[in-house]
Amino acid sequence: MKIQGSPETAPTERTSEQPVLTPLVDIIERETALYLVADMPGVDESTLDIRVERNVLSLTGRVVTSAPEGREPLRTEFGGGEYARSFTLSNEIDQTGIEATLRDGVLHLTLPKAKEAKPRRIEVKAG
Amino acid sequence: MWFDDTRLFRQMDPWREVRRLQHDIGQVLEGNLGSLLGGGYPPMNVFRNDEGLTVDVEVPGVSPEDLDVSVHRRTLTIKGQRATEEPAENELFHRRERGTGSFVRTVELPYDVDSDKVSASYRYGILRLELPRAEADKPRKITVKGA
Repeated sequence: MKIQGSPETAPTERTSEQPVLTPLVDIIERETALYLVADMPGVDESTLDIRVERNVLSLTGRVVTSAPEGREPLRTEFGGGEYARSFTLSNEIDQTGIEATLRDGVLHLTLPKAKEAKPRRIEVKAG
Repeated sequence: MWFDDTRLFRQMDPWREVRRLQHDIGQVLEGNLGSLLGGGYPPMNVFRNDEGLTVDVEVPGVSPEDLDVSVHRRTLTIKGQRATEEPAENELFHRRERGTGSFVRTVELPYDVDSDKVSASYRYGILRLELPRAEADKPRKITVKGA
């Protein structure tokens, strides 16, 4: 999927007719990258939008599942809407290397650390 | 100088709390304990017509092998688990909001369903169950013969 980067525009908050849902996330730091995992059930790739603008990572995804035809709702505990959440990225992240996959309603983002942030071993030459 | 107290009382309904208690007790007696406690996990939507029910269960990131669905007459039980990943040595959780572990939830359906004819599909993290109504529980139309 496409990840858009546009350093010139400032992030703006969009209005939405549907309820806006906050996806729960896990953020895990490993040696070479940060991993962000977000629960976005009901969202598929066509309605997912991931962008980075001015160091702000924004995730939005619209729920595509709908009620079955010809049946009346008896109990409604979750519904349609749009998932949205933003994160500020530090200089540690190599923004050009961000990758994303969506599977079974879960978004997996890999945010690689910029080369300078990775620990670099310095060789000591014998004098 | 009198303050007009009657306006205060007009906005307060002394029976409101009593009605609410009646409603809540009614929910418990009907077996809707889940809704009284504000629902359970996983969240479910139930749709009905006279022929059958559709139940949507929100379970993102759970593989079908880890899901157990059982139906008996008018009880539906969903059991499952989402793997808990314990952080490795060189890992650090900056944020941990997603639930993991096992879950089980039982809901009562409005009528008996035919457990042999239940079908299930899993898409976008939502499990959709189709539960046809049990033949024996279908309403019978009674024709009234004229004289």
